[in-house]
Amino acid sequence: MSDRPSRLFHNLNAKIASIPMALTAMVVFLGGSIWTVVYSFTNSKLLPRAKWAGLDQYERLWGTERWLISIENLAIYGVLSLIFSLVIGFVLAALMDQKIRFEDTFRTIFLYPFALSFIVTGLVWQWLLNPEFGIQSVIRDLGFESFNFDPLYNADIAIYGILIAGLWQGTGLVMCLMLAGLRGIDEDIWKASRIDGIPMWKTYLLVVIPMMRPVFITTLVIITAGIVKLYDLVVAQTGGGPGIATEVPAKYVYDMMFQAQNLGQGFAASTMMLISVIIIIIPWAYLEFGGKRRG
Amino acid sequence: MENMETNISIKNLDLSFGAVDVLKNLNLDIGQGEFLVLLGSSGCGKSTLLNCIAGLLEITDGQIFIGGRNVTWEEPSKRGIGMVFQSYALYPQMTVEGNLTFGLKNAKVPKAEIEERVARAAKILQIEPLLKRKPAALSGGQRQRVAIGRALVRDVDVFLFDEPLSNLDAKLRADLRVEIKQLHQTLANTMIYVTHDQVEAMTLADRIAIMRGGLILQLGSPDEIYSRPANKYVAEFIGSPSMNFFEGHIDDSGFATQGLHVPLQGYDFAGPRPQGPAWLGIRPEHIASGEVASAHPVQMTGKAELIEPLGSDTLVRSRVGDRQIWLRMDGQIKPRPGDELPIGFDPAMASLFDKDSEERL
Amino acid sequence: MADLSTNPAHRAGDRTEAGPRGRRPKRAFSGRNIMIYGTLIVVALYYLLPLYVMVVTSLKGMPEIRLGNIFSPPMEITFAPWKKAWAEACTGLNCDGLSRGFGNSIKIMVPSVILSIVIASLNGYALANWKFKGADIFFTILIIGAFIPYQVMLYPIVILLREAGLYGSLTGLIIVHTIFGMPILTLLFRNYFTSVPEELFKAARVDGAGFWGIYFRIMLPMSLPIFVVAMILQVTGIWNDFLFGVVYTRPENYPMTVQLNNIVNSVQGVKEYNVNMAATLLTGLVPLIIYFISGKLFVRGIAAGAVKG
Repeated sequence: MSDRPSRLFHNLNAKIASIPMALTAMVVFLGGSIWTVVYSFTNSKLLPRAKWAGLDQYERLWGTERWLISIENLAIYGVLSLIFSLVIGFVLAALMDQKIRFEDTFRTIFLYPFALSFIVTGLVWQWLLNPEFGIQSVIRDLGFESFNFDPLYNADIAIYGILIAGLWQGTGLVMCLMLAGLRGIDEDIWKASRIDGIPMWKTYLLVVIPMMRPVFITTLVIITAGIVKLYDLVVAQTGGGPGIATEVPAKYVYDMMFQAQNLGQGFAASTMMLISVIIIIIPWAYLEFGGKRRG
Repeated sequence: MENMETNISIKNLDLSFGAVDVLKNLNLDIGQGEFLVLLGSSGCGKSTLLNCIAGLLEITDGQIFIGGRNVTWEEPSKRGIGMVFQSYALYPQMTVEGNLTFGLKNAKVPKAEIEERVARAAKILQIEPLLKRKPAALSGGQRQRVAIGRALVRDVDVFLFDEPLSNLDAKLRADLRVEIKQLHQTLANTMIYVTHDQVEAMTLADRIAIMRGGLILQLGSPDEIYSRPANKYVAEFIGSPSMNFFEGHIDDSGFATQGLHVPLQGYDFAGPRPQGPAWLGIRPEHIASGEVASAHPVQMTGKAELIEPLGSDTLVRSRVGDRQIWLRMDGQIKPRPGDELPIGFDPAMASLFDKDSEERL
Repeated sequence: MADLSTNPAHRAGDRTEAGPRGRRPKRAFSGRNIMIYGTLIVVALYYLLPLYVMVVTSLKGMPEIRLGNIFSPPMEITFAPWKKAWAEACTGLNCDGLSRGFGNSIKIMVPSVILSIVIASLNGYALANWKFKGADIFFTILIIGAFIPYQVMLYPIVILLREAGLYGSLTGLIIVHTIFGMPILTLLFRNYFTSVPEELFKAARVDGAGFWGIYFRIMLPMSLPIFVVAMILQVTGIWNDFLFGVVYTRPENYPMTVQLNNIVNSVQGVKEYNVNMAATLLTGLVPLIIYFISGKLFVRGIAAGAVKG
């Protein structure tokens, strides 16, 4: 008969294997986040200093034009890219679900941009939207002399230039998630609706989309989490310009921390990002996991 | 089973997951070479108990002895058991031979002996032609045979079966059931078999333990369980269609229920003859119908409502007053709905249960 | 007789009557099909356009670019921009092209991919099969961590790496990639291992295999596809990373994406669009190749890895 192992050494190998996970979770994710939040209340400049400054950094943040523009840009980009990628993604998925030929080819084409780096995407669209050589000049050469589309040089519409590139890269993913959702729907639903004589568009609208609610919610969360992190694309495509027309919060944080030597501002801005994500995630987590705690 | 040497002994076993008690102070002794079936509906704790015996679940309190050895804290592989699972649980990337030898290699059994044991198991189970195949290339029945083989090569005293036939279709299930019984007769080792199928339980078991809510309600031979169920739950659980029940009252003259009086002269009471409210249960096959009914002490007239011909038997749901009574008749008799049937039974074949405790009287 | 038997209308015992019979005829060019395929083809062209423009631009000389439009195919194909992008383009003081970044990216990617997959698969395995008290707490924090914007953890990691003397080095970046790859990979492996029937795990324990034995002998051989998915996910993710590269490495260690951005968006000198596009294509080549080879597995990977954002 073997000795009963003590509680600590019980399942020892599993515990050893989980050390990296435990360290990452507790030290980096939890510890790091708390550290940043705490230091956002200090007046750290080049180096972090534990000198209490209350809400100074936040007051300064919300008084800075660049931050306000960043928020506005993110809101425009976020809302529009959510709407467009969900609508386009779903329509494409519905078309792909019609038992078409060359499905794999189409999917490969719609999804390949997702394999690319945001840097690559940003640089390609920078070139395509170049007013001297790109789409604008080509269309003018066709005879539409007054055609004007120069989002990268016009501060008013610059963020839409980013949006076009972002949609080009991300819609394929939404299409894939939606297609998986559509494929998960019981074939018998379609048989039943055919027998009942319900038109296809109506079946999609009234039966299928409500059934896909979980897929939509998950997709929404995925897109949103990506939107908040928007950074590389802006850096590559516009560098935040013209002027500060395409600045975004993530870039503000980076610039404050590593260029402007203004750590406190960076911490405060990143804490704001954290709060916005929490506001999105908590209701979702509640919807997703709250109901089925048991089992 | 008194004359048998005890092989497995479970003493005051408790198991709880958090605040939920799954097994409660459970005691069970299983004899050497015995075939014990744990029977119950899902959630009764039968699979949990088996997993505890195997050491796959850590128990909260109590002890488990196998072959006289306290294995309570022992690893599953060191308990001298082999186990067969419902989903077969064959390692998909290994051949049949790899599946059979994996455990032996882990135990560092010499190569020659491994070969010998595999050959023997393959011969007993007639899976020699399959040894080089992968599980995916086997039929359900073949897979389960290999799974049994994996227990067989371990050369152990105790086999644990966790609903091994539930994933098979009806015909195959009947075939393998016979094979398992044959295997038990050949090997004469101890087998514990979990199932929710009462036919498997009745046909295979030396003794059946009927479980419910983490407790053993009755432990006995199939005959005992069938003829003298210890309580109303067991009586209802065993037998299909279920026992017919009459709610009534026991007094000095017998059992009285609405429109019916049952003398209890032939009834074998479990204790002193009681008085008071009670259930009387009688199995469909113990109710006679037609002319022979007049020979029984209790007689009624029923009206056939629903007929289920099974070929060998015919099941009839009949109405007596406002009660429904199921009868089992010979397959040759073919009543039609609406027929009046004289029926009768012998109280000696009935079971009486206390109205409140539902224990056998 | 032969004539009669080949004509279906005269088959012996045929009881069909006049009217529709047999397979319903399908029109290849029904309005519905034109709508479906038309839309898909137009959208597909839109998706392919940037790739096409990249390729043709990178094969033109600068004079041709200044004269023509970006969609016209090159009149005279030249590979000089590719050569320049790979070996001569300047970032700051270095003028050895993207080849340096390519080398760095490889040096970062290979160990990061291996390390992160080894750690995450063990985590997932422990979580799925060898639960211990507290494991779920770590896991929950880990998954929530996947949604926290990286910016929040950026600076604390700088401090940790600086304390360890790894700030700016390739090793430091490898650790960072392993950390940030952990949530999604752990989730991926945990879900996969959980889907393996528990009875298989029990059977292996009865057969005397322990933690490592079951991992190497049972789980690993069974789950090669999920390892490939994880690899695809990590290779593309790490290759495409920009933020961590620029934050945690010194200029001589910059990965390819950072170097590409520096080459293209440098303010000095004349803009050479053909070289820029060649460099962009070169950087996108590795993930594109992986994407086109792996096909369906990639789809599985991103569906799982989409959480990464």
